[in-house]
Amino acid sequence: MARAVSTRTRIGYTAAAWFVALLIFFPILYTIITSLKTEQEAISGFSLIPSFTLSSFEAVQTQNDYWKPFTNSVILSVGSTILALIVAIPAAWAMAFSPTKNTKNILMWMLSTKMMPAVAVLVPIYLIFLRTGLMDTRIGLTVMLMLINLPIVVWMLYTYFREIPGEILEAARMDGASLKDEILYVLTPMAVPGIASTMLLNVILAWNEAFWTIQLTTTNAAPLSAFIASFSSPQGLFWAKLSAASVMAIAPILIMGWFSQKQLVRGLTFGAVK
Amino acid sequence: MATRQTASLARLMRAPAIILLLIWMIVPLGMTLYYSFLNYNLLNPTGTSWAGWFNYQYFYSDPAFFDAIWNTLALVLGVLTITVVGGIAIALLIDKPIFGQGIVRILVISPFFVMPPVAALIWKNMIMHPSYGVFADIARFFGAQPVDWFAQFPLTSIIIIVAWQWLPFATLILLTALQSLDGEQMEAAEMDGAGSLSRFIHLTLPHMARAITVVILIQTIFLLGIYAEILVTTNGGPGNASTNLTYLIYRAARLNFDIGGAAAGGIIAVILANIVAVFLMRAVGKNLD
Repeated sequence: MARAVSTRTRIGYTAAAWFVALLIFFPILYTIITSLKTEQEAISGFSLIPSFTLSSFEAVQTQNDYWKPFTNSVILSVGSTILALIVAIPAAWAMAFSPTKNTKNILMWMLSTKMMPAVAVLVPIYLIFLRTGLMDTRIGLTVMLMLINLPIVVWMLYTYFREIPGEILEAARMDGASLKDEILYVLTPMAVPGIASTMLLNVILAWNEAFWTIQLTTTNAAPLSAFIASFSSPQGLFWAKLSAASVMAIAPILIMGWFSQKQLVRGLTFGAVK
Repeated sequence: MATRQTASLARLMRAPAIILLLIWMIVPLGMTLYYSFLNYNLLNPTGTSWAGWFNYQYFYSDPAFFDAIWNTLALVLGVLTITVVGGIAIALLIDKPIFGQGIVRILVISPFFVMPPVAALIWKNMIMHPSYGVFADIARFFGAQPVDWFAQFPLTSIIIIVAWQWLPFATLILLTALQSLDGEQMEAAEMDGAGSLSRFIHLTLPHMARAITVVILIQTIFLLGIYAEILVTTNGGPGNASTNLTYLIYRAARLNFDIGGAAAGGIIAVILANIVAVFLMRAVGKNLD
């Protein structure tokens, strides 16, 4: 499909695209560079060449107990995603394979719950958490994150499941497959890629959530998003240490994100753009 | 196909998700609505009484409320303008035959995966800091006085940060739409002598219209709720200069302990979001048929 273009035009486009891409990526790049500097270097003017010291990374881990929020982030994002999948897979499955005339309305209604502004329910959720002792607990926050992302999970799974051709099921039934065989040997293998994509995107969304994690945690259950937000005051980390903490907070999800570009489009547009 | 047995099984499979979301929607929202009619402050819980419309009137007569509405609109419109125009331009550029397209895509999409507090801190300290930031370095290089971004242009600074976070999203969605454009139609138009500008206006833009609509609507939903970026950088200040509706309600609830007032603000936020949601649902709903 690609039309023939002269090498010169191609080089021109390439230069422009790389310039824009590097400009957009620059804040992240500069944070990575600064994390490899000493504190002294970090505040002594613009420089792209660090001394490649890892002391800031060590300092963040020893002085600020970095592993606790990191562990919390992993538990919260993975835990809420698994919970959401347990609830959403049967629902999406039923809606994709035995749709009723209400299915479309149910899906639209689920989508509408995602549009409720978080701040509108801040007061009741905060009070409920205070009074039931859920405040600053991992279990409370896991359930919150699950509820927030449940509509997206159902929607994504639904759009994936709907692409599994129904004829395959009929063929399996003709061959005498039982319902158990159908699910185990026909549908599951075809559904796994969709479930994996949904899981990936949802872990990213839960990891980066920064409203409820800040509102509902103090120290025990605080994930990285709340931990980093507590460094907003000047007496927090220094430049190089702040960069090191930032790099560690975003690196895992950045790498996961690079592999999930396609799913991102589908998941965040509720299948409206593929 | 669906026998009675599979139909009831399907109902059973749907039930948990529907019940959970139903509770999640009705219970907190109902409580917010109830609280919004109470005089209820956490510092003086025994003085709780029925307030009628007082909280709404109070919110409405508070000058901070109109500042917050204005800031919310400026934030949403500012970010939308930058991301949609920038997103179209960058998507068109990346779609061209270039070397290393995969890496360019990865670099461009990256800011989207940076969690809001980190994005805000990077910009606050690395880029916009009046003495140690890159902008200050650039200003000094040209012999100019560095700008104290968050003191002098608080809302603009936040718009820049949020636009940086959402530009990748717009670019990615628009690029996806662009790549499904019919190449043969394009070539035919080119052979008929249509210039590149007229091809863009009459072919590319109409083709992307749906994706642009989706980008605008989805971003609006998220942009109405911008919070962490404000908390980490300006704290809503100076004064109310960078307080949006979300931040105003957060302050009422968590810093002033005014449960009734915050609840009334929450209901106003729901109404605002619903206006957007109606349009989004229509755009997405079309795709279901």
